[in-house]
Amino acid sequence: MAAFTITVNGEKRTVDVDGEMPLLWVLRDELDLKGTKFGCGIAQCGACTVHINGTPVRSCVTPIAAVGEAEVTTIEGIGADPVGKKVQEAWLELDVPQCGYCQAGQIMSATALLSKNAQPNDKDIDNAMSGNICRCATYTRIRAAIKQAAGLPTADSREV
Amino acid sequence: MARTSTLEQATATTAVQAMPESGPAAISRRTFLTVSAAAGGGLLLGFTLPQLAKANGAAAAPLNAFVRIARDGIVTIIAKSPEVGQGVKNMLPMLIAEELDVAWKNVRIEQAKLDPVYGPQFAGGSFSTPMHWDSLRRVGAAGRHMLVTAAAQTWGVPAEECETSEGVVRHKGSGKTLTYGELAAKAARLKAPDPNSLKLKDPKDYKIIGQPLPGVDNPLIVEGKPLFGIDVKVPGMRHAVFQKSPVVGSRIVSANIDEIKALPGVRNAFIVRGADDNGLPDGMSVTVLEGVAIVADSWWVAERARQKLKIEWAENPIATQSSKSFAEQAERLSKEAPTKVVRKDGDVDAALGRAAKTVEAAYAYPFLSHATLEPQNCTAHYKNGKVEIWAPTQMPDRGRALVASTLGIKPEDVTIHLIRCGGGFGRRLANDYMVEAAVISKMQGEPVKLVWNRTDDMRHDMYRPAGFHYFKAGLDADGKLIAFRDHFVTFGEGDKVASSAEITENEFPARFVDNLEIGMSLIPLGIPTGPLRAPGSNGLAFAFGSFMDELAHAAGKDPLEFLLEVFGEPRVLEAPPPAFGMRMPPFDVGRARGVLELVREKSGWGQRQLPKGTGMGVAFYYSHMGYFAEVVQVTAGPQGIKLDKIWVAGDVGSQIINPSMAKNQCEGAALDGIGECFQEITIEGGSVVQSNLHEYPLLRMNQAPPVEVHFRLSDAPPTGLGEPALPPAIPALCNAIFAATGQRVRKLPIKLTDFRIT
Repeated sequence: MAAFTITVNGEKRTVDVDGEMPLLWVLRDELDLKGTKFGCGIAQCGACTVHINGTPVRSCVTPIAAVGEAEVTTIEGIGADPVGKKVQEAWLELDVPQCGYCQAGQIMSATALLSKNAQPNDKDIDNAMSGNICRCATYTRIRAAIKQAAGLPTADSREV
Repeated sequence: MARTSTLEQATATTAVQAMPESGPAAISRRTFLTVSAAAGGGLLLGFTLPQLAKANGAAAAPLNAFVRIARDGIVTIIAKSPEVGQGVKNMLPMLIAEELDVAWKNVRIEQAKLDPVYGPQFAGGSFSTPMHWDSLRRVGAAGRHMLVTAAAQTWGVPAEECETSEGVVRHKGSGKTLTYGELAAKAARLKAPDPNSLKLKDPKDYKIIGQPLPGVDNPLIVEGKPLFGIDVKVPGMRHAVFQKSPVVGSRIVSANIDEIKALPGVRNAFIVRGADDNGLPDGMSVTVLEGVAIVADSWWVAERARQKLKIEWAENPIATQSSKSFAEQAERLSKEAPTKVVRKDGDVDAALGRAAKTVEAAYAYPFLSHATLEPQNCTAHYKNGKVEIWAPTQMPDRGRALVASTLGIKPEDVTIHLIRCGGGFGRRLANDYMVEAAVISKMQGEPVKLVWNRTDDMRHDMYRPAGFHYFKAGLDADGKLIAFRDHFVTFGEGDKVASSAEITENEFPARFVDNLEIGMSLIPLGIPTGPLRAPGSNGLAFAFGSFMDELAHAAGKDPLEFLLEVFGEPRVLEAPPPAFGMRMPPFDVGRARGVLELVREKSGWGQRQLPKGTGMGVAFYYSHMGYFAEVVQVTAGPQGIKLDKIWVAGDVGSQIINPSMAKNQCEGAALDGIGECFQEITIEGGSVVQSNLHEYPLLRMNQAPPVEVHFRLSDAPPTGLGEPALPPAIPALCNAIFAATGQRVRKLPIKLTDFRIT
């Protein structure tokens, strides 16, 4: 056990845990930020996606000791980011969720995409989002919501 | 084809209590309304099912209510059933709000806990819509009636002279108005009307039903607020993991418990003995399988300690079972006569003898896992002979019964909070994880949250059973289907077919071919099985939908035309007999034809010039009272198959209640069907090989083609959408692959890279 001070959503938080403890479980069980989800534990599903210095990472395989001074942003804090806010709004406007369990991770990946690439095409969306599984398969709406947040037409441009 | 699925059987215990004689429409006849004044002068409006109330010893007038109207006009409506992502937390309150005639913006929705006053509370079988369409609208209409009566009495005018709009009663003559909030206290003192005497709205006047209303929990979801079972936190709670045998149901010979207990952060570790009657192999009945529980202050600490756990498992007879041996047994059984005749019409052998062409094919599909993205979990607090449970569950009532019998306490001493499920797909109709959490909390003497890891989840599922179909059919010189035989090799023992491994006597094309036989043979199975979204149908649709396509090609006919030809003229078939107390609707050929015609039109079937390597496949399937025809288009290239698009045409009756979720469900179900084509659970040495999502691929964004959904409205009462759009997607994809490549998919899973053309 050791004390780690990390910055989460702009706040310094100190936890006394084993350095191997994944950031996911620090967030969920130590800091009571339940928005970041556990799905697979091996970076396959993306439900645990958070941003570290703006880059999407899988918190289930990121040990707390590796976080250091970096800025961690979670779904609870993404609305403070103008792009994150737009993504959340698009998700609401298009009524994206079914069960909703994966959507925090989807929103985190979508926000990271749009922060780097304000006008993504379908291929860009595929590349940025294929690490996030939606078991309910709301992919049509996730794709449309990303375009909506980008101010692009939401119709599926891959139409045959 | 009007199937009684395993899921329906599984729900039967619940459903039979509520609907002892007949089907979905029956609830309202047994409904009576109760009213009482709410604290603070509001109106509490509830309805209960007298028989159920009596059976459970509950008072006739429940304190629980479906509707609460506050003085300020805010209307609180109870969402009675578990929300698993199918949208019932919106849809069921919409039915009440419409007839109550309130503005949706003034509606607040509260999740019910498990309580007999609400009648059946389960999420399965796509039953929520057909079971509640009538009854919940009448709950709303009764509330409106009482509010109008209260206003009329206040003004001394006949009730007929009053009208309502969005929470306000208005006297037409004088123009006087009173809000529902102002009337609530007075209305609460009135006698509830007979719900069946009430006139319901003309659908053209609907203001809420038919509107695309977004999910009530969406704002919480996008902000990451605690919402799901895994997010539950109760005071003094510990975290637990539970290690069971990879070979399902094995007993423990020894385990290094003391060593685990000594690990840093571990609060406790102990062996949980398996129940003598553990329910196996019926997935729906599984209670406690033997294992070791590790309890800690955080989940990850318990999980890490598990890596040091050493358990010696006792020998288990099912360790001889494997997918390979199942396939060998199926092959052997296919050469013998079926042990059970499901249906026998006419003389199949004679018809085959005079057929101009016969077609023979063997189809096989594997076991599948549910893989809900939220792993199974449950929080339980056992104290002084009572247990309080917070569970993501699709069938809480059955969970309560299993917990009570396992702990040896009364069902009324089990309180269950229904927590939003991170996916269900049928997995949470079983409640094994709930029973485990209750037992671990009792043994620990503290509240405990049990969370399975992904490997627990994948290796302790209630699998969609594998299946093997041996078909033979005959066509006459005109290409008419004159003989059809299926020898279905599935799982079970003696007379008992494994959960979700059944086939009914109405499986299409039964009833449309004069000479037809469906027979079954059973392979014993120790692995638990259970319903996976569109249970039974998800496997049968692949086999039957693909073989029908083979027959169309053998007949030299367009596959869609061939299906229309087999169906014949529009007519309504005799309804199948009630099953488990449920009245089943008859099969309407006109509706089947209707969705085939609709998908033909929308997909441009037969109308578009397709480039080489591009093909379209079509399939129809009827399940859960819904009629669905789907077309898939694929293009084959040097890299394999690319999915171009899916068109979905569905008929679920006269009204789409919430078009937004309805469309979302159909898109998701069709894509779920596509995803299943690539998945496989294999058994070796009595245990499941796959351990996590890297070995069990779930469909991803880059694999999900565009989906277009169209509804055909018909005269029938609305039915559910959680499942029926799934089954036809599977054969439609396989048939498209054939159209594109000439290669027939007779075995799942498929690898898209196996189908290349240059």
